[in-house]
Amino acid sequence: MSTPTLDKHSAALDAAEVTDAHLITITLRIRRFNPEVSADPEWVDYQLPIDPKERVLDALHKVKWEIDGSLTFRRSCAHGVCGSDAMRINGKNRLACKTLIKDINPDKPITVEAIKGLTVLKDLVVDMDPFFQAYRDVMPFLITKGNEPTRERLQSAADRERFDDTTKCILCAACTSSCPVFWNDGQYFGPAAIVNAHRFIFDSRDEAGEQRLEILNDKDGVWRCRTTFNCTDACPRGIEVTKAIQEVKRALITRRF
Amino acid sequence: MQIHKYDTVIVGAGGAGMRAAIEATKRSRTAVLTKLYPTRSHTGAAQGGMAAALANVEEDNWEWHTFDTIKGGDYLVDQDAAEILAKEAIDAVLDLEKMGLPFNRTPEGRIDQRRFGGHTRNHGEAAVRRACYAADRTGHMILQTLYQNCVKEGVEFFNEFYVLDQLLVEVDGVKRSAGVVAYELATGEIHVFQAKAVIYASGGTGKFFKVTSNAHTLTGDGQAAVYRRGLPLEDMEFFQFHPTGIWRMGILLTEGARGEGGILRNKDGERFMEKYAPVMKDLASRDVVSRAIYTEIREGRGCGPEGDHVYLDLTHLPPEQLDAKLPDITEFARTYLGIEPYTDPIPIQPTAHYAMGGIPTNVQGEVLSDNSTVVPGLYAAGEVACVSVHGANRLGTNSLLDINVFGRRSGIAAAEYAHANDFVPLPEDPASLVEEQVERLRDSNGTERVSVIRTELQECMDANVMVFRTEQTIKTAVEKIGELRERYRNVAIQDKGKRFNTDLLEAVELGNLLDLAEVMAVSALARKESRGGHYREDYPNRDDVNFMRHTMAYREVDATGVESIRLDYKPVVQTRYQPMERKY
Repeated sequence: MSTPTLDKHSAALDAAEVTDAHLITITLRIRRFNPEVSADPEWVDYQLPIDPKERVLDALHKVKWEIDGSLTFRRSCAHGVCGSDAMRINGKNRLACKTLIKDINPDKPITVEAIKGLTVLKDLVVDMDPFFQAYRDVMPFLITKGNEPTRERLQSAADRERFDDTTKCILCAACTSSCPVFWNDGQYFGPAAIVNAHRFIFDSRDEAGEQRLEILNDKDGVWRCRTTFNCTDACPRGIEVTKAIQEVKRALITRRF
Repeated sequence: MQIHKYDTVIVGAGGAGMRAAIEATKRSRTAVLTKLYPTRSHTGAAQGGMAAALANVEEDNWEWHTFDTIKGGDYLVDQDAAEILAKEAIDAVLDLEKMGLPFNRTPEGRIDQRRFGGHTRNHGEAAVRRACYAADRTGHMILQTLYQNCVKEGVEFFNEFYVLDQLLVEVDGVKRSAGVVAYELATGEIHVFQAKAVIYASGGTGKFFKVTSNAHTLTGDGQAAVYRRGLPLEDMEFFQFHPTGIWRMGILLTEGARGEGGILRNKDGERFMEKYAPVMKDLASRDVVSRAIYTEIREGRGCGPEGDHVYLDLTHLPPEQLDAKLPDITEFARTYLGIEPYTDPIPIQPTAHYAMGGIPTNVQGEVLSDNSTVVPGLYAAGEVACVSVHGANRLGTNSLLDINVFGRRSGIAAAEYAHANDFVPLPEDPASLVEEQVERLRDSNGTERVSVIRTELQECMDANVMVFRTEQTIKTAVEKIGELRERYRNVAIQDKGKRFNTDLLEAVELGNLLDLAEVMAVSALARKESRGGHYREDYPNRDDVNFMRHTMAYREVDATGVESIRLDYKPVVQTRYQPMERKY
């Protein structure tokens, strides 16, 4: 699965010929894969003029819309809240819509490839089902006992703050697919599922913390984490993922949460 | 082609679709068809809050909320629907809290509330704290909470299934819903879903504008599917332009920023909203603020070298307040503009945000085939629908409310309908229209590019039917859209494969946008008045005598195959509020 051929494509460079002073020419080096065409992936270079303040997602759209319509990737909101466009950009997991060209050294080819550890289905599109299965396995919903109150459940601002960080998760899989343990063993729940378990374990309203902790006490659970901090670096929402995992580990030992 | 059979099929998995799914799954065998993974839906981009007169922090009641909604909608709101919206808001918020939504809290541990545009105490006296919120990611938390509860209820999702056609069959002289036809992105396979009840919850159409807060995927697929089958679209000329989009990019910066005390300023640093809305100032309704911004820009008081934007100033607010209450939007300013909102004002411009119009429904979510006839088995809720609780201009925080109240209602109503009724037999060759459409696009040797036509459409819409409109600009738009529709017949795609062919689906989506843009422009041309989000410079006043009525647009095809749009009108439901001049 390594790098065979290198093609060159240019986006109407001659016609557009970088007349606008603020435009620069970049090379996007994209790992293309389409099993309908070839069993092997290949790196393909695309040159295009772009404003460095634009996003990598804008650059991918330029390729798709002006050079090769078959380039395939997921995207929706284009500003970092929907979680569709996690990909490896220059070897790091990022959201294409939150990564500006100017922030990633446009002088060298910018490499773009699918996130790792999940099966690539076409170009930058991976099979998300195992990721969402791990999420579902931690019972990611509020579980309470007894009768519901008429009004809202009370929760102090401090109790609400306790799990604020992990409510930011957008399920983009940037963390899980940056985790070396997950790459080597797809059975590991992965950071995102643990983050979402954390969100409920530390919610004062929830009454199923023990059950979730037992699920994560499994051989494929939190103990597999080797605290490499890749997940924290990768999180586009700035969640302290490794810290959340450590808090779950501590809760498993102390049974206090 | 595969055929599936479900009691209830829901199209779309944003807030409305998932709220409906939670109810429908408890009561009937339900499938949710969604072109995105559920948590990717644009409900997640909503920021500021969800309105409900909980009165947790100050006196409030649902009657004031009803009035504000009607006034905000410039009296085009159906008042019976607005009353339901405001009354059921309270339970809708409490239901979400019980489902686990982490709302911000008051010192007493109750759901906290903040100010938002157009929400007032006692019929306009002053701003009231009515918006329940979770920092500035309320939509994100609603979407996540609803998805979590769908997981809990075991809701069955068909992810990355694009619904391209609505099946209607006449039985005993009545047009009924028989199901939908969907295209599976992963395989290119076509699926027919026979269903007793179908609920559209597929969201808005904002992508026909260039500067928009909308996701790339908001292409009006649900509206287009039913419109092509002869059902009407209501009030499509009414589109909301949110005052504070990031300059040139259109990314939303919540009105909650002004609710927290943010101020709009022109190039002279002047708080210009004082001139336009002396009482509510920066928290006047969105149409009023967007027009004020463009008036400042047109009169030469815009900021920047080209004078094409104004500032949202948060610099007087304590950084701790920004971090606690507005973390996401301050992060957007840093990421996309390289601006530090603690110390520098943020360049903004109005951004195309929300379709007030859509598929006409009654308060149970049942879709109408004319001013009063229900299409049995067909429902719609959320931005795709027009109940109409938003009238000519939606109030901020009323959309997150709408999806919960009417998503729930339609989910219950559809499942109950499915219990009481049998399947309608599928038409012969049910997938024929979709098969023909997909083959035509895949096999086309045309010379037109999807992206070129789409860009021209978006530029045309921004230039001609945005915040200010005239007969001339709208006519220019109608003509241009007609030309683009003609060229669209000659469109070709490069990806001829079956696997994840997003090239093909972008072409399909463009077809939807073109149809809906035309409906919008034609509806706008005929409405010779100014009301809410529809502002005609050539008719600057509201005209209740001639236009206190909803537009109903129908697609017609004559014997020779020529398409046209027929406009009809539907009366507004008025209960207790008489139209008054709208001042903030």
